Parts: sequence; C-alpha cells; structure tokens
Amino acid sequence: MKAEKSGKPAEDEASGSKPVRDSLPDSNADADKKVKTKIKKSRLWLALMPRLKELKFDAYLMSKSATSIAGIVLLIILVIIAAFPSFFATPADPSHPEMMPWNPLLWEPRPPGVDGFILGSGLAGADIYYGVIWGARISMAFAIEVVGISVIIGTLLGLLAGYKGGVLDEIVMRVTDVFLSIPSLVLIMAIAAVLGRNLESTKFALIMVWWSGYTRIIRGQVLSIRENTYIVAAKASGSSEGSIMMRHILPNSWAPVVVQATMDMGTVVLVMAGLSYLGLGAEPGTAEWGQMIYAGQDRFITGSWWMVFFPGMAILVFVLAFNLIGDGLRDVLDPKMRR
Amino acid sequence: MTPLQIDMIKMKYHLNDPLYSQYYYWLDSLFHGNLGYSKEARLPVIDAITQKFPSTFELAIISTMMAVLFGIFLGTKSAVKANSITDQLSRTLSLVGVSIPVFWLGLILVWVFFAQLHWLPQFGPWNITNIDLSLRYETMNHYTGFLLIDTLLNGDIEFFWDHLIHLIMPAITLAFASTAILIRMMRSSMLEVLGAEYVKAARAKGLPEKVVINRHARRNAMIPTTTVIGLTFGGLLGGAVLTETVFQWNGIGQWSAKAAVGVDTPAIMGFTLITAIIYVLANLVVDIVYAYLDPRVRLG
Repeated sequence: MKAEKSGKPAEDEASGSKPVRDSLPDSNADADKKVKTKIKKSRLWLALMPRLKELKFDAYLMSKSATSIAGIVLLIILVIIAAFPSFFATPADPSHPEMMPWNPLLWEPRPPGVDGFILGSGLAGADIYYGVIWGARISMAFAIEVVGISVIIGTLLGLLAGYKGGVLDEIVMRVTDVFLSIPSLVLIMAIAAVLGRNLESTKFALIMVWWSGYTRIIRGQVLSIRENTYIVAAKASGSSEGSIMMRHILPNSWAPVVVQATMDMGTVVLVMAGLSYLGLGAEPGTAEWGQMIYAGQDRFITGSWWMVFFPGMAILVFVLAFNLIGDGLRDVLDPKMRR
Repeated sequence: MTPLQIDMIKMKYHLNDPLYSQYYYWLDSLFHGNLGYSKEARLPVIDAITQKFPSTFELAIISTMMAVLFGIFLGTKSAVKANSITDQLSRTLSLVGVSIPVFWLGLILVWVFFAQLHWLPQFGPWNITNIDLSLRYETMNHYTGFLLIDTLLNGDIEFFWDHLIHLIMPAITLAFASTAILIRMMRSSMLEVLGAEYVKAARAKGLPEKVVINRHARRNAMIPTTTVIGLTFGGLLGGAVLTETVFQWNGIGQWSAKAAVGVDTPAIMGFTLITAIIYVLANLVVDIVYAYLDPRVRLG
C-alpha cells in the first residue's frame, strides 16, 4: 500500500483539463441547457456549473464499468444498514446499542436458525446477526472519521508544504518520512497499546499515522502543478496565496487522494478489525467484527463455524465494496484513461 | 506490595519523570546496547529479538517465495491474455486478496484443513504435544536458528517434516495478500511493456511469442515489481503480527502482539525500533537492486 502511495506522484497532472465534451450523451447536454436557463448566473453557480458537469461525466464513466456498479450496489446496501441499524436489529439496551445483547441462560452457541438466531449465536447468547448489523455502523462511522480527519490534515499539510516549500516543507516531509518508514500496523499497535484498550484510542492511533500518506501524495501533485502557467496567471492577476491554493491547486490535485481515500476506507476497517482481534481495539462484547472473530475463534475450530464465518464475511464485503469503487474511480479520474 | 516498594520500583524505572526524560533514559541505554527487559518473553529485549527473529525470517522468506512465484506467473498470464477467463480469475483473486482480513483467512484455512480434512496441524512451529520432539528441540545444535535448516543439519528428518507441515498454512496465509498485490503490479506493468516499441520490434523480427514474453517483456516488467517484492519482504520480516498470532508462531510478531496487549513497554519500543530498521534497510536494498536492474537510474 505504502509503495503505491509514494510510487505515483504527479501521475495525472493534467486532471484539471476538461474532458472531451463530444463523448457526452445528448441527454446530459440538454439537462445542462435547462439548468442554465433556469438559474440566473450567480457567482456561485458559475463556479459550480463546470464541477457539476465534471461529476456527471465521472458518474457516466463509472456506470460503464461492471465492477464499479457492483461496488456501488454493495456500498449502498452497507450505507443503508449503517444508517438505520435499528430497523434491521433492535437493540436490547437502547443506551448501549454498540454492545451485543447476551443471555447467560443460552450459554452454548446456537447454530443459525435455532432459537430465533438468524445467523446463530455466540457464547452466552451473543446474537451474531445483531453483531454483523451493528458492526457495519461501527465500522462505517470509524472509517469515515479516521479517513475524513486524516484527509483534511494530510491535504492541508501537503498543500502548505508543497506550495510554500523551504523550511516548512522540510519539517513536514521529514515527519511524514518517520510515519511512512514503519509498517503502519506496527506503529498503530504500539500507539494503541500505550493509549489503552478501546475503539477511541484505536481511532486516535490510526489518525496519527494515516494523514502522512495523503500529505505525500498532495505534495507531489502540488510540486508539479504550481509550475503551470495558469498558476502564474492567477498570481499575476493578483489572487491571494490562499485563493491560489484552494481554488487553483487543490481542485487539480485531489484526484489521487480521492482514489486513495476510498480504498483506505476499507483498509482502515481491516486494521481496526485486526487490532480488535489482537485484543487492542474494541472491548469484549462490542458488536465489532474483529472482536467477534476473536471471541468466536476457540469454538470455531470445534464446530461453531458461524461465530467466525459471518463477521469475517462482513469485513470482506465491506472492504471489497470500497476497493471495487476505488478501482473504478482510479480509471475514471485518470485523464490518460478517460480519452 | 507496600507503598514503599511501589515507590522504589517507580524510582528504579524513572516512572515519576516526565516523558521526555524517560525517552532520554531509553535512548541512553539504547546506545549502551541495552533495550530493557521484556516481561512477556521473560528475557532482555535484545535476546528476545535474536531468539525469535529466525522463525519470523523463515516464515517471511517462504511466503515471499510463494507470493513471487504465483504473483508473477498469474500477473503475466493475465496481462498476456487480457480479459480472458484466467485474467478475470486472477483479477478477482487479487481483489479478494487485498480485501480479506488475514486473520480470518488463517482461521478459515485451519477450519478446512485441520478441523474438517485433518490434513494439516492446527498451529505452532512443531507438534508441541509430542514431548519427544520438544526434548529434541532443546538438545539439538542450533547452528543457524532456522529450524528447517537446523533439523536437516542434525539429521532429524522426522522433526524437519513435522516443522515443514506446520509451516504450510501460515505461509499460505501470509502469501495470499502479497500475491494479490504482486498480481496487480505485474499485470499493469506487463500491459505497459507489451505496448512498447521494442516488443513490437521483437515480434516483427519473427521471434516466437514465448521468447518475446519471457525474455523481452517480462524482464522489463519485473523492474517495478521488484520494488514491491522488496518492500513486502521487508514488511513481513518486521513480523506478521496477525498471522503469527493466529498460528501461535513463536516469532517477533506474536511476541509484539502479546507485548502490546500486556503493555510490555520495553518490548513494544524494541520491536518498533527493529521493525523500522528492517523496513528502512529493505528500502535501501530495493533502491540498490533497482539501480542494478535499470541502468537508466544509474545514469540519471
């Protein structure tokens, strides 16, 4: 993963150039005209129009790839489950919906379909179905938070380092070197171990490590983009530094970060589940997939396969969805591929 | 323990000092060759690392070899016959490979090959319930620290075989993710190379397709792939934490996981340090090898 991040700086520097409009289907062009006549050309719309067009074209390209469609369908299902988990599995204790309901009277694991457990139960009546459903919410929230915050920190630092250069660049890049020179799982494990066993400290440890990858990508992009004539033009016409960075450099350099962040949504969940499996992430009894696998592994070998199989499948589907979409996005956002 | 004893221990390990001076003490003893004592391994950290590293190395080298063989073979195949069934299959394999939780894969393998089919042992570096083997482990000469080689040097074929079958499942588990990455790398760089002029030239002068693929195209496609192989190997050398934990493999990965759970700080510090050193060294080696493989880098 690391190699991929660092290996492709400034690959698609031309992503700012607009796609060929001829290949757009007519309906889109018609829709654009209607929108144009409806809304008076306010400044905001002048800025938004080309971006909306661009998005429409991206969506059109995505819809042509079967794997991207598969990923998007999976993602929609996951988002619905993560947004409304109570609809699928009602929490026994509404104040702690993240904890799996349990019942000491049902100590022995039940296979799927027995005693009303759709996907079977774990030790002490832990409902695997409940865990799989609420695990989606926990994972989704976790991934959005970690990747979101890391992208914001990483992008801002990368922009500043790449554009300002000099001492600031040196400092920022040497710090990212530190984080990128150690395999991320090891470093996250060390930080999480010091901070204590819960999901909050895992989240913190992940953010501490994860931003550095985005910083490196953005900086590489900025270095190649800031030499373009349109940046010189913006400077000559008196734009402020902040405006140049946010309006001219950022929109032209975010594409690889979007691809990386999409794939990282899955990777982050893999790391979280791994740490929980080691006993560093979620507390015992949480509806978190890695923790469920840890709790089920002893009984798994002796025959209670459902305790480990279903949470693992949930992780696989979650990560796969984001990898499929990330692959599709990479093809769509790479200007070399879209012509 | 009396409060006085607790205070004495706190004094002894500088636990009342601020973090930066604790870090100074750690650096200071590091430069004196002392990394502290790991309560998890019941050994000094240095000894724990030297004792456990060979098993990790053994696992890493075997799984890297598997990953390189399969990854390059499948990657080449799927690039040469793009969009064929082989291509679709190996692309699916590589997608699943990067998406699958490695510890879950290990558990599933154990379930299939140990619990259901009884082909392979569940975990451990050898059959620990066999006291005879454990005794032989204690008494034999450890020339290299690598159990596969040591058992052969000692002429203990039975032990060698037992160790080998214990190695298969962890090695496959570890190799799976690396194979996935390698297939992807190999496929894309092979596709790039196959479009190059010199491949067209090789075909135009009538070379058989096999020679074009194996000699002209694959050699050049291997250059970027080598980087990935080196970095993967470096990462695996730093301990495959999850896989070693699933298979209770007595390497530095399992030790570090136990240390992290048990808040064995000197062990965590030592492990992080050694992993970083290995990873940086792997990067360096990759850069050197790259210059050897690609003369353009040397000139430029």
